[in-house]
Amino acid sequence: MYVAVKGGEKAIENAHALLAKRGSGQERVTAQQISEQMGVLVSRVMNEGSLYDPELAAKALLQAQGDVLEAITLLRSYRTTLPRFGVTAALDTGALPPERRISATFKDIPGGQQLGATFDYTHRLLAEELHTPEVPAAQGEAAEAMPRVTDLLGRSALVEPDHPQDWADPEPGDLTREPATFPMSRAERLQALARGDEGFLLSLGYSTQRGFGNTHPFAGEVRIGEIEVLFEAPEIGHEVPIGRIEVTECQMVNQFVGSAEKPPQFTRGYGLSFGRAERKAMSMALVDRALRAAEFGERAVSPAQDEEFVISHCDNVQATGFVEHLKLPHYVDFQAELVLLRQLGAEFGQSTDGRASNDPD
Amino acid sequence: MADSHTAVPPEQRQRTARVLAGASAAELAELWRNWPNRPEVEYLRAPESGLVMVQGRAGGTGDRFNLGEATVTRATVALHTGAEQAVGTAYVLGSHPEHAGLAAIFDALLNSGQREQVLTEVITALEQRQNAQDAARRAEARSTVVDFFTVARENDGDEEDEE
Repeated sequence: MYVAVKGGEKAIENAHALLAKRGSGQERVTAQQISEQMGVLVSRVMNEGSLYDPELAAKALLQAQGDVLEAITLLRSYRTTLPRFGVTAALDTGALPPERRISATFKDIPGGQQLGATFDYTHRLLAEELHTPEVPAAQGEAAEAMPRVTDLLGRSALVEPDHPQDWADPEPGDLTREPATFPMSRAERLQALARGDEGFLLSLGYSTQRGFGNTHPFAGEVRIGEIEVLFEAPEIGHEVPIGRIEVTECQMVNQFVGSAEKPPQFTRGYGLSFGRAERKAMSMALVDRALRAAEFGERAVSPAQDEEFVISHCDNVQATGFVEHLKLPHYVDFQAELVLLRQLGAEFGQSTDGRASNDPD
Repeated sequence: MADSHTAVPPEQRQRTARVLAGASAAELAELWRNWPNRPEVEYLRAPESGLVMVQGRAGGTGDRFNLGEATVTRATVALHTGAEQAVGTAYVLGSHPEHAGLAAIFDALLNSGQREQVLTEVITALEQRQNAQDAARRAEARSTVVDFFTVARENDGDEEDEE
């Protein structure tokens, strides 16, 4: 139980002033500098804050002095102040040519393997100074279309289809509007994972690779690029583009031996995230596949396969709220425990005194 | 809010909305500042910030799911030139009231007698600039196309390689 305390206004005010001073530095960096030069960090805040707006995410990071969870909380609170105009058309991730597109399963794919802006194959040596080398533009060749690798595989029936033949394209549940109830639909799980903590999902994904619910994953495709967002406003009457957002998509392809109902074929895990967030998308895809255990009649024996465990603990705003509330004053609560413990101690002392005289052991 | 002029076909409206959303607020402000005989602007709905829920699809083409929200700003304006009135609406991703306001003004101009002028001087001009930027970025990205070749499996006949 938490009992409110009063007082301390002056001290709290001064503590906030001290906080601001600690974060002010010699010279303020601008939100624009943060969003341009720390784009990956900004992506993380947008994902877990569940709000796409690189400028606001950069502002939140500055205000939070780089505390990612604090920045995420700021974005989450901010979004509650805005009205929702509606729901966009579902993103067509196959549409625009991505900046980065790789497949670890097929060497030769239409459109080619395009590394894009990646940390892969860097030497991981700390640089004295950062340089911006020239990027040579590829000459002449027109950009070939880059279809999704899983769509190519799908045509040969080696990979499970994205949806059954008789499919009504169901309206997804929205966890920001309805309370979470278990078991969830895959769509609701994907929403929870998309806003889930990157570190938590990374560890869970890693645990599946180490044998805790192994799903034998391959990175079928990772792609990063800008996508047009289409929105149908009632006063316009049809879908129109309202701008572009950058997303990262990961298709995991997993072994599946088949069951009485289903033929042996590759199964899939899916990850989608805002901005440049490859680790997050890959982890999300691993956990998505692990959570589909029941669908394939797999024995759920590991944490990553436990829907309630994963979904209830992946939201870091909830997690940090509950963990950090422990540092708020619990004096009355603790006082009650103290009284109880003193009483129990006194009783214990009396009973052991009595026993000691009767029983030398 | 009905448009004042004859209905614009959806694909044309999509083109102009794409270009206006893709432009920067500064570019639009510059074009508007230099617009000859600017009509009087009345905000039927002043620029307003809000959210749209962005949806994705499981596996890319499967069930829809809610990925997360994005900020969006919308505005609706009426332009008055003498007795003529034209109404325009814009929705633009991000939190830039001036961008949404200016996009709505040009949308209204597209619904007015000045449509052809806006198409050539604003839409086509901005579109060419945007296409050039896209092409340049794609050419840079194409320079990172890699041709991996597998080594171990291609030197056949060596039994020691088998693992």
